[in-house]
Amino acid sequence: MSLLSVRDLTVKFAMRSQTVTALHQISFDLARGERLGIVGESGAGKSITGFALMKLLSAPGYIDSGTIQFDGTDITQAPEAQMRQIRGNRIAMVFQDPMVTLNPVLTIGQQMVETLRAHRKLSRRDAQEIALTKLREVQIAAPELRLKQYPHELSGGMRQRIIIAMALLLDPDLIIADEPTTALDVTIQADIMELLLKLCQANKVGLILITHDLGVVSQLTERTLVMYAGRIVEAGKTREIINDPQHPYTQGLINALPQQTLPGQMLKQIPGAMPVLTDIPPGCPFSPRCAFALAECRRLLPQIMQQGSSEVACHEVNRLHSDLLLEEGR
Amino acid sequence: MKDTMTAPEPPLLELRGVEKRFALDQSLLERLRFRDGRLRMDRREVHAVNNVSLTVNRGEALCVVGETGCGKSTVARLVAGLLAPSAGEVRYAGARIDNQSRRDLAPLRRRMQMIFQNPYASLNPRMTIAQALEEPVRYHNPDLAPVDVRAKVLEVMQAVGVDPSWRDRYPHEFSGGQRQRIAIARALTVDPEFIIADEPLAALDVSIQAQVLNLMLEAKVARGLTYLFITHDLSVVQHFGTRVAVLYLGTVCELADTATLFAAPKHPYTRALLSAVPQMRDGMPDHIRLKGEIPTPITLPKGCPFETRCAYADQRCRVEKPRPQQQRDGSLVACHAVEEGRVD
Ligand SMILES: Nc1ncnc2c1ncn2[C@@H]1O[C@H](COP(=O)(O)OP(=O)(O)OP(=O)(O)O)[C@@H](O)[C@H]1O
Ligand SMILES: Nc1ncnc2c1ncn2[C@@H]1O[C@H](COP(=O)(O)OP(=O)(O)OP(=O)(O)O)[C@@H](O)[C@H]1O
Ligand code: SF4
Ligand SMILES: [Mg+2]
Ligand SMILES: [Mg+2]
Repeated sequence: MSLLSVRDLTVKFAMRSQTVTALHQISFDLARGERLGIVGESGAGKSITGFALMKLLSAPGYIDSGTIQFDGTDITQAPEAQMRQIRGNRIAMVFQDPMVTLNPVLTIGQQMVETLRAHRKLSRRDAQEIALTKLREVQIAAPELRLKQYPHELSGGMRQRIIIAMALLLDPDLIIADEPTTALDVTIQADIMELLLKLCQANKVGLILITHDLGVVSQLTERTLVMYAGRIVEAGKTREIINDPQHPYTQGLINALPQQTLPGQMLKQIPGAMPVLTDIPPGCPFSPRCAFALAECRRLLPQIMQQGSSEVACHEVNRLHSDLLLEEGR
Repeated sequence: MKDTMTAPEPPLLELRGVEKRFALDQSLLERLRFRDGRLRMDRREVHAVNNVSLTVNRGEALCVVGETGCGKSTVARLVAGLLAPSAGEVRYAGARIDNQSRRDLAPLRRRMQMIFQNPYASLNPRMTIAQALEEPVRYHNPDLAPVDVRAKVLEVMQAVGVDPSWRDRYPHEFSGGQRQRIAIARALTVDPEFIIADEPLAALDVSIQAQVLNLMLEAKVARGLTYLFITHDLSVVQHFGTRVAVLYLGTVCELADTATLFAAPKHPYTRALLSAVPQMRDGMPDHIRLKGEIPTPITLPKGCPFETRCAYADQRCRVEKPRPQQQRDGSLVACHAVEEGRVD
């Protein structure tokens, strides 16, 4: 059974003048210990997905419909008291900015010990021991010293390591990491990514990695969801999606990277930009930018369907596949 | 036949031993230190740029790369005349520009334009797009008739894909990519020859980055522009740059043709940097792990700035600053280990 099973999750924002839909019927599964990437451009709905899974959406955002089965219980129905137990204990979240999680007026040690004691019956001394072990796991030098330091006394890379140590404190089943390395330099990012991968593998912790960086997704995850304007447009094995993208948007995203064109040549750009939530075009939301769009695409929303080993929401891909099937049948 | 006797043209831009130090804001109490049995005033400074020498020839795109705080933006602002160097010279087309008054620099302002990471900050929110684009044209050509100003602006708008229907709208009505397009149009309206771009793509999505980078490439070819292009994205460098300067703690550690740098990086820091870029390939590449993190530019290491993180560092590295040395393939590398042949 999956650790996490999301079905038709829809998130809306109740704005003054109108209600806008930020997530449209998102469905996906995550097996125990599996690492899943969520990619897409700014505003696609990646962070909203993460927040919804933690039930941390703040007004005017709310879960409109759908279910989130976590280890057998539908947490969309769970009362807040139960959610507080799940958060931290079973699902931990890591953000791009470590200061969202860290309290600036408490030492690292105080924060770690408090978190542990809020969820477990532990003596101060035992809690401190666990905190030290976790700091060592994330390869923090001089962990005893760090326990006594305040967040501002540490570098960005060190803070992000500490956040990962704190996420691991209560041995969660799942870590949701929202752009955990985006603010870091590449040399530090490479270390943190390696660490995250090792820890997830060693402790059989599942990972949902939210990022816009296809390189990061490629190195850390086994499966990937590609989001566009609040919908999943392609889902499948990360390798397949990177090596053989099917949705025109995924193809466009990969082809637009500078590495895909000879130096000095014009890049293969996607025209236009992702629509804003208040102005989503009819039919396929990508149709105004898509080179394959036909009248059908501008009228009818493509449903996400199994195509080979991936799932894709695209009329053109459907057309291609049915042509292939026809030929095979002949 | 080509006349080979004329003196070579000076580089369009030249930095000679440029330094920039910033005084740290500290209270009097923080600055008092007890040292050698006496109370002293400590003047702590940020050594943002240290002894940087480089040239940019006409038609080149020199990329400056490096990690947060290594001094990239400071270099850009020194070149643009927004900051005065603490030491050294900045020369433009052979003439010193670092010691001139704002008024003397006015004609140069037209030839040299700057594009920033955040186009929102560089566009006045209360000006319409038309006003924002026409203002610099009028400023630099006070005698131009209004119809000609408008014609000039229209021409640039069309060239860079700024829809003429945007004229009467305000910056907040546009997306990040559209704003960056407008900022580029604004820079191009005065027909500059040199563009300083400080992380112009960093705030943009991949698909929009491609649009803006194409625009800058197009302008480079069509208008014969020269660029000083600041970025931390190595794939952009490889695509756009003709030469690359790798900056670490305010010091140039390697300067090379782009193709040479990517094919044969030499400085231990350049190698680590290139190996750390996440690749769209299977599994984790075996990146070069660096010890520790970048030291602050307040107390610089005495010897090589990279010494604290470098796997090749030895006693000499700790006490003596390496000088840039010309390599056989033309690149400049500042590293004792490379000089001594200790790096294979
Ligand atoms: N509080 C809010 N009120 C209204 N709309 C919101 C709110 N928060 C987010 N949105 C909208 O929801 C959409 C999805 O936002 P989300 O933060 O999930 O994007 P994202 O994919 O994480 O983008 P980024 O890469 O920029 O982080 C966006 O269009 C955003 O404008
Ligand atoms: N006005 C200033 N006063 C004091 N210190 C400054 C000032 N401007 C820059 N610095 C410092 O100088 C160093 C170089 O800064 P700079 O902004 O040039 O770095 P950068 O390479 O552009 O970094 P980033 O990639 O983060 O933009 C940093 O340590 C910075 O804190
Ligand atoms: S000079 Fe020494 S410390 Fe500096 S990069 Fe070379 S080997 Fe490393
Ligand atoms: Mg986000
Ligand atoms: Mg900068």
